[in-house]
Amino acid sequence: MFSGFMTNAWIVATMVAVVAGVVGLFVVLRGDAFPAHAIPNGAFAGAAGAALIGANELLGLGVFAVAAALTIGWLGRRGRHDVVTALALVMMLALGAAFLSHTTEYSQEIFSLLFGEVLGVSTTALAPVALLGAGCLIAVGALYRPLLLSSSLPDVAAARGVHNHLIEMAFLVILALATAMTVPVVGSLLIFSLMVGPPAAARVLASRPSRAITLSVAIALLTAWFSIASSYWSNWPIGFFVGVYSAAVYGVAKGGALLHARLRAPTPVLAVSAAA
Amino acid sequence: MSWLFEPGFFSSAQVHTALIIGGVTAVVSASIGVFTVIRGQSFAGHALTDTAATGGSAAVLVSINPLVGFLAGAVLGAGAMEAVGVRHVRSRDLATGIVLGASIGLASLFLYLTTTTTATTGATQEILFGSIFVTAPSTVPVVIVFGVLAVLVVAAGFRPLLLTSIDPDLAAASGLRVGVVELAYMAALAFAVGLSSIAVGAILSTALLIGPAATALRLTKRIVAAVAVAAGLGIATTWLGILLAYDSADWGAGRDTLPVSFCIVGLVFVLYLVSGLAFRVSEGARAARRSPSRPGAAPRMSSGSS
Repeated sequence: MFSGFMTNAWIVATMVAVVAGVVGLFVVLRGDAFPAHAIPNGAFAGAAGAALIGANELLGLGVFAVAAALTIGWLGRRGRHDVVTALALVMMLALGAAFLSHTTEYSQEIFSLLFGEVLGVSTTALAPVALLGAGCLIAVGALYRPLLLSSSLPDVAAARGVHNHLIEMAFLVILALATAMTVPVVGSLLIFSLMVGPPAAARVLASRPSRAITLSVAIALLTAWFSIASSYWSNWPIGFFVGVYSAAVYGVAKGGALLHARLRAPTPVLAVSAAA
Repeated sequence: MSWLFEPGFFSSAQVHTALIIGGVTAVVSASIGVFTVIRGQSFAGHALTDTAATGGSAAVLVSINPLVGFLAGAVLGAGAMEAVGVRHVRSRDLATGIVLGASIGLASLFLYLTTTTTATTGATQEILFGSIFVTAPSTVPVVIVFGVLAVLVVAAGFRPLLLTSIDPDLAAASGLRVGVVELAYMAALAFAVGLSSIAVGAILSTALLIGPAATALRLTKRIVAAVAVAAGLGIATTWLGILLAYDSADWGAGRDTLPVSFCIVGLVFVLYLVSGLAFRVSEGARAARRSPSRPGAAPRMSSGSS
């Protein structure tokens, strides 16, 4: 299970889980689950377009992901955030459909873009993931204070001179880089599930940001590792395990918190949800 | 008129089916979509296309009618979102995301168990992109019946639905059972989305649910008018898109035609952008006249969820 071609799977899943754990906590705090789904899912149109004109697939994905993030951020200033995200997503998917109708080369890869081929990761694919993952972590670290403030208490952040809109744009670009570049390696489903389930569970269990991030990364790592092991033993697709385990982890955390609140004084849980 | 309608447009059975099914889907989606947009539930509206597709792939696996699978998937997905969900908008999107992740995971398992990768690629693509031109004529009556049912549910609960959408606290205070209204609305949404995603594909389903409704809510603040405008815009963009796609076969000799979903979504998107400009111009004119606007009469469009 740890030898040969499996080594790369473990390495890439670990890197993705760390990035997903950190970035995902802010996704959860900001309520940005929809962009986190839309950007990697729609960015496949970039890969299809790149295949059409014979350009680099990674470049196509990156350009479309960042363009989607900027569109959502810019139009979202005035319009409704969720409406703009939905329309940007369907526009990109429709563009992808138009590209695909002109080329037959790419259609085989849709399945792996959606569900991932983490067990077949080549060693050359590791370097870009590591580089971009590190970039995302550094960006989050650099923006940590204003990002945290604007995510949890936007009004206070605005009063202290933080440009919430700029932070939103920056975070969407971080999200675009974190997701789109890992999509060809692990699929949009895996990164999205890891960005939502484990961080949501961590937020239920911990109220202090530093503890929540640590917990979020830990849960994401465990989810990813258990998924690889389960996929290895059962031969079923890894996306299934990541999706189901991520949801289950949140369900257990939420259920535990509710039970805890019912058994004892309800104040701690209320304080957590009010702070969030 | 032959410059506008390519020969054979009106005599093609495919086009007839597409016009009917597209028109019905557009009206049903638009009237339900107005509430989806007011409630800030675009994500749920989109995610239900994926849970419906999961149901569809499960139906293929156990070889029952895919239509049943699509509807069951959408309804179960909506139920799960309601079960996980909380009233707060941010938490609600989170609940949607968690259900969505689990659902796509299940879909990948069903597709894996059903067929080889090549065949699933075809299935994935079909479910994602769908084509209004390949809809089986036998689904038309089903779509019409359930579509009308979904609209009737919304029409019957119009007042309570509107109140819970705009101000849940006020609705609860005035004795409405908010949970029941929400459940009925989610059921109607699930039916509408499940049907439209099998009839016209997931992309068009989301585009027709959100696009015309969001555009209409920028053009008018009155809800009944917004539903009417949204339905009109939905039909107009759908039919124009079908016409464009049909005509495009003749534009570039030897080139493939433009996919119909691309034509319709493109029109929907452009319409939304243009309405944004119109909205800003009219807001500017209103501000210049300094006419007092009625506070709280309708949901403000600029106060987004974030």
